[in-house]
Amino acid sequence: MANHDIHLTVRRGTVHALCGENGAGKSTLMKILYGMQKPDEGTIALDGEQVALHSPGDAIARGIGMVHQHFMLADNLTVLENTVLGAEKLHGIGAGARAKIREISDAYGLNVRPDVLVEDLGVADRQRVEILKVLYRGARTLILDEPTAVLVPQEVDALFDNLRELKSEGLTVIFISHKLGEVLSVADDITVIRRGTTVASVEPAGTTPKQLAELMVGSELPSPETRESTVRDEELLRVDDVRLSATDSDGVVRTVLDGISFTIRKGEVLGVAGVEGNGQAELVEAVMGIRTPDGGTITLDGTDLSRSSTRARREGGIGYIPEDRHRHGLLLDAPLWENRILGHVTERPNSKGRLLDLAGARKDTERIVAEYDVRTPGIEVTAASLSGGNQQKLIVGREMSHHPKLLIAAHPTRGVDVGAQAQIWEQIRAARREGLAVLLISADLDELIGLSDTLRVMYRGRLVADADPAVITPEELGSAMTGAASGHLSASDDSVDTAAAQGGDAQ
Amino acid sequence: MSTSTPTPTAKKPAAVDAIARSAARDKVLLGVAAPVLAIVAAIVISSLVFLASGENPFRAYGIMADYGHYSDSQVWIVNKAVPYYLSALAVAVGFRMNLFNIGVDGQYRLAAFAAAAVGGAVALPGALQIILLIVIAMLVGAIWSGIAGLLKTTRGVSEVITTIMLNSIAASVIGYFLQDGRLAIKDGNLLHTKFLPESSHFFSFPTHPKPVEGFVVVAVLAGAVYWFLINRTRFGFDLRAVGASEPAAEASGVSVKRMVVISMLLSGAAAGLVGMPTLLGESFQYGTDFPAGIGFTGIAIALLGRNHPAGMAFGALLWAFLDRTGSRLEFEGYAQEIVGVIQGVIVLCVVIAYEVVRRYGLRLQQRKVGEELAALARTGDGTGSADNSDKPEVTA
Repeated sequence: MANHDIHLTVRRGTVHALCGENGAGKSTLMKILYGMQKPDEGTIALDGEQVALHSPGDAIARGIGMVHQHFMLADNLTVLENTVLGAEKLHGIGAGARAKIREISDAYGLNVRPDVLVEDLGVADRQRVEILKVLYRGARTLILDEPTAVLVPQEVDALFDNLRELKSEGLTVIFISHKLGEVLSVADDITVIRRGTTVASVEPAGTTPKQLAELMVGSELPSPETRESTVRDEELLRVDDVRLSATDSDGVVRTVLDGISFTIRKGEVLGVAGVEGNGQAELVEAVMGIRTPDGGTITLDGTDLSRSSTRARREGGIGYIPEDRHRHGLLLDAPLWENRILGHVTERPNSKGRLLDLAGARKDTERIVAEYDVRTPGIEVTAASLSGGNQQKLIVGREMSHHPKLLIAAHPTRGVDVGAQAQIWEQIRAARREGLAVLLISADLDELIGLSDTLRVMYRGRLVADADPAVITPEELGSAMTGAASGHLSASDDSVDTAAAQGGDAQ
Repeated sequence: MSTSTPTPTAKKPAAVDAIARSAARDKVLLGVAAPVLAIVAAIVISSLVFLASGENPFRAYGIMADYGHYSDSQVWIVNKAVPYYLSALAVAVGFRMNLFNIGVDGQYRLAAFAAAAVGGAVALPGALQIILLIVIAMLVGAIWSGIAGLLKTTRGVSEVITTIMLNSIAASVIGYFLQDGRLAIKDGNLLHTKFLPESSHFFSFPTHPKPVEGFVVVAVLAGAVYWFLINRTRFGFDLRAVGASEPAAEASGVSVKRMVVISMLLSGAAAGLVGMPTLLGESFQYGTDFPAGIGFTGIAIALLGRNHPAGMAFGALLWAFLDRTGSRLEFEGYAQEIVGVIQGVIVLCVVIAYEVVRRYGLRLQQRKVGEELAALARTGDGTGSADNSDKPEVTA
């Protein structure tokens, strides 16, 4: 039973936020509301009338629309084409549809241009296209699954303005988020789900993020802050003038990494902030050896790894928490113990010589499951059947079990519930005390500021600014991420101090 | 995090154990469900095909069962199943990492031809000759499929296209050399290579009325090696990882390109064995009448056997059984093509049934995991222990 005794009442014309751990049953509830899954018992009433939703088609017909966490847009089509795809009957595919898109866009201030290619749009624009797609199909109730996960603060504000606009037009928005501050700022009502059941309905006025978080996990929470410095003098990772160009889908060669240089010392967490798509993913892949840079050197603990294979780098002490755990971190259809082997197949306890050590791997998976609190009935279940947070805990446990010198953590707590988030933070911090160096990429600015010892901002393939996490605010960081500021960012003054930032190592 | 903590399993309540037991039971049931479902569906559809052609399906099944139980049929079936099985192994190596080697046909024919040509020219004493010919066949098969592997990794050409094209190139190459005055001798209407010397003849089991070819031992060994390589070695894990998720495998440190080339080489080497039972146990030469098409049969059998060594053995025997008993149906007045239709129906039923059961099983498992965690949570909330005792570990 993923869900039981769920009671949710959403008033028309409000923004209703739904918070809860991953695996708490939020996604299942959303699937039920959107007709993707049938409830065993219980009823859904819309405008006082009981409805049975058998498919997303039913839900759409009744005016319920869903904006998924992962965008479902075809990059090589225009906004217009994406919008009419599958809904050609509504307003045709030509001038009628274009007029309708403009009308919706103007009515809710979405600012969507129908004839632009989706691949030319930024993340925030794509999200507005997704919202428009749903509205185009006549939705009066919108379900948004973690819409802010990929946005910078300024874009989040813009999104919230859009949501208020929708609300004022009488539409209803159901909003799922882990970011409690945002939930409190935009929602009219909040429902908290824990372990498959609704535990509380609160009003944002008079509720603090901390209280909300505690409702979600059912106990008190630690904060993300790390204040005592554990940075040592020994340099662990040196990345020197790494350059990388890539050919995009149109055959145009673009520079994705442009003279990247930085060092991470033992016990140091280097946070890289940036709007997604500015080269962070490529930087991680270059350090991991998945992409071969055009130039530059990567040195780990005195050893030049520039020409090494990914496997050699992993064996050399790099742990990797990938950005997309489903694509890069797990074999979803394989059991947990095989996933424990993944990435460390040449190391004990997974193998002896060239042969696998199945007993050793199984035993160690049991240990990881226990020590890292992976909630699972056993190690023979497939990775796909775990919730996102538990999958991530398994990955963190796996990587930490090989005592890395350097941990590359790309969005380590994305889509992860508050409990697992706190736990992952604590593990990173504990390992950092032991001298672990961490390269942290994150879109969660609180996480970046809270965990990092040093902050760098990445913009269009370059490290354009650095900041002191002790004094910087998320807003200041956010504006640097849009390219508005460069050099050394200081809290009191946004002015540019270029001298400090240029020339690689700005320590 | 190195402090030892009690495992959650230690304090699992009875309800959770019950769910775990029922999950284990489901696993067995699901394992049985897929083949049963496939067989039932295949019989039903085949019967409909018989009925549609105006024949009595039960009489046909009766004829097939009756004919199949003669011992000469059984020997024939086993001998026929050996090359089928080897061909299926060759295809399965590719399938395990999402490579589709359609070129097994060309690979084994070229390999057998090369082995026959060399075997007719040299005569080493005793077992050495046989070993030499098998090694040559595996090498030639590996090289031929390796071309497709290299083209895929260096030029990005799909192995589906290249292996098909290599099939027809192989046929042309053989056709060129298999001419009087080149590597062939003329024998009536047929052209074939020189006969292999006595030392090249593989042993056979003296069964009645005809012998079972000794190559069945090689097939069993090859199946065992395949199983061990895939399931018990680091290499096999890398190979399965690439098959399950290429990006995840790459991020885990597997060189996908290298794996593509190696597995194509292995697949081709296995394909090289396919023609050996015929060459070393039956024909002793490669001629224009050398069996063709086994490479395609191998694809069907690999699908039928779900790439599992035991499953493919069953599939190969079933296929040979249908070949044998189907030929009998013709004498009894049934259409010749009906067996081909049945074979196709079986493959489709198996593929669909396994996929349906797999998806159902995945959903079932996800629900069970949810249930079990909810059961844990309820007892945890009830005693107030499970939840909070986990917490210190979290917050430390």
